Amino acid sequence: MTRYVAGRIGQAVLVLWAAFTLSFIILQAMPGDAVLIKFLNPEFGLSADQIREIRQAYAIDSGVLVQYAHTFANFLQGDFGYSMQAGVPVSVQLATNLPPTLRLAALGFGAAVVLAVFIAFLSSIAPFAWLRNLVQSLPSLFISVPVFWLAIMLIQIFSFRLKLVSVINPGPWESLILPVATLSVPIAAPLAQILIRNIDEIRTRPFVGVARAKGAGELHLLWRHVARNALLPTLTIAGVLFGELLAGAVVTETVFGLNGIGGLTEKAVSNQDLSVLQAVVVISAAAFVTINLAVDLAYPFLDPRLRTRNGA
Amino acid sequence: MTSVDILIAVDHAAGRSAPKGDRRNLSGRILTFPFGLALAWLVLATVLLWAVAPQLFTAYDPLEGMPGGQLKAPSAAHILGTDSLGRDLFARIVHGAVHSLSGAVAAVGVGLVVGTALGLLAGSVRGRVDAVLMRFVDVLLSIPTLLLSLSIIIILGFGTLNAAIAVGATAIAGFARLMRSEVVRVRNAEFVEAAFGSGGTFGKVLWRHILPNSLTSVVAYTAVQFGWAILQISTLGFLGYGAPPPTPEWGLLIAEGRNYLATAWWLTAAPGLIVVAVVLSANRISQSIGRAAR
Repeated sequence: MTRYVAGRIGQAVLVLWAAFTLSFIILQAMPGDAVLIKFLNPEFGLSADQIREIRQAYAIDSGVLVQYAHTFANFLQGDFGYSMQAGVPVSVQLATNLPPTLRLAALGFGAAVVLAVFIAFLSSIAPFAWLRNLVQSLPSLFISVPVFWLAIMLIQIFSFRLKLVSVINPGPWESLILPVATLSVPIAAPLAQILIRNIDEIRTRPFVGVARAKGAGELHLLWRHVARNALLPTLTIAGVLFGELLAGAVVTETVFGLNGIGGLTEKAVSNQDLSVLQAVVVISAAAFVTINLAVDLAYPFLDPRLRTRNGA
Repeated sequence: MTSVDILIAVDHAAGRSAPKGDRRNLSGRILTFPFGLALAWLVLATVLLWAVAPQLFTAYDPLEGMPGGQLKAPSAAHILGTDSLGRDLFARIVHGAVHSLSGAVAAVGVGLVVGTALGLLAGSVRGRVDAVLMRFVDVLLSIPTLLLSLSIIIILGFGTLNAAIAVGATAIAGFARLMRSEVVRVRNAEFVEAAFGSGGTFGKVLWRHILPNSLTSVVAYTAVQFGWAILQISTLGFLGYGAPPPTPEWGLLIAEGRNYLATAWWLTAAPGLIVVAVVLSANRISQSIGRAAR
């Protein structure tokens, strides 16, 4: 067991290091030096001396390997360099933009879980076969809808047609309703899909038959016997959900004009602000790897069946 | 790994356990005729025709607007209305098909060729090469897909082809994993052992036996990735990183219509519905290929 845990952690660290290296190669080492191209732009009006100073600050002239070691050491200490656009440290930008995104993501995820459980239960207990089929096809529909379009349609319907949610000077919570609704759809889709599959599978197990034979009603069966077994395997897609949340945040924050990590990312790409994008990429890779590691390590504790067969 | 991978995985598991209905009478046959699948093929065929011969479907020019005809609601003359420059929206959608479709084809092409090659190499050579390649795939998977494509966009710059490459890069990992697992599965089959036993060289067995037997799932995966690529390319187009205006790319159409939400709902609704229809169709077709393969 210890060997497995150590190996799994080592693998995660290796992947992270490789992700950093890859992002360094793609974003910093490839096309001459992007920094110089950026600052040579006449709009900045910098003299040759000033440009030399900037080059020194970024260690641009000291060879790729030195730059690499320099950047790696800085990243380990949480120093992600300077935003070329805003001229402030990237870590400061991230810190100010993180809370709104966390709030949006947490609410969106919560809404998605409720939506997914609702869809999965309905697809299992809805009274008519055609209704069950309809509900079961909802997740594939959700996956096929572009998130940005969904956001615009929600604004269109709820703000402009029905005038339920104000877009001009909304309150702090009112302004979150539509973004959260938007974000919940792409998250709910894979979640509902896994849940529906699991519920279908577990309903055929003998212990469900026994419970039914003892006189348990369908709702009781679903809630007490099937649901608890069906919910656990959804943990395995936590990493995917994180990726969807982040991608959803980029699009949602852009459409609704919210400040956050997503909006920051979108602006970084539009302004070719490499250091900001690299920081976001490396941090999200770290988060993804950590989430998957945590799920892998926690799974045997959550599912007693895995503990009996010598560890994991 | 993306949500489309889950779609495929779930469908595979469901297909195995689902009992097949045995209906022989006429009404049963009508009921089991896959109307949805037929519709999906119809949608894709129509969109493909739009891309090949747009002038057959609309007489209007997608780039030249008509003065005085701005922001007209859908009517008999303009079935989807006109935009802020008086351009016919239906004409723009029809002419935009070629941009969205070719972008998606290029993207899937990149993912298919690079990913399949990596997976084939890893699965057939094994050992250290396999370990290194699969760690590389792990790294690709650890970066959320949108961020990966944005990283590539920021380096290559904006544009139709660059957006396609950026989306294609996100598909590499999925194709590589699938191909590797297929190759490993086929490799252990008895007929492959027999082919080696009867004197086949490695390259020949790979080409004659392993590759053809691994392809069906790859084809099903290609179809689903095609739909996913359409979605991703329209997202990049919407964010302004894809084709430059006035190209009638679908994502860009939605972005342009966004400024007229209160007055011209059709400008955003119509192109979005087309994207949804195409992606749904690609997913449905992929599902049917996947089921037929089993």
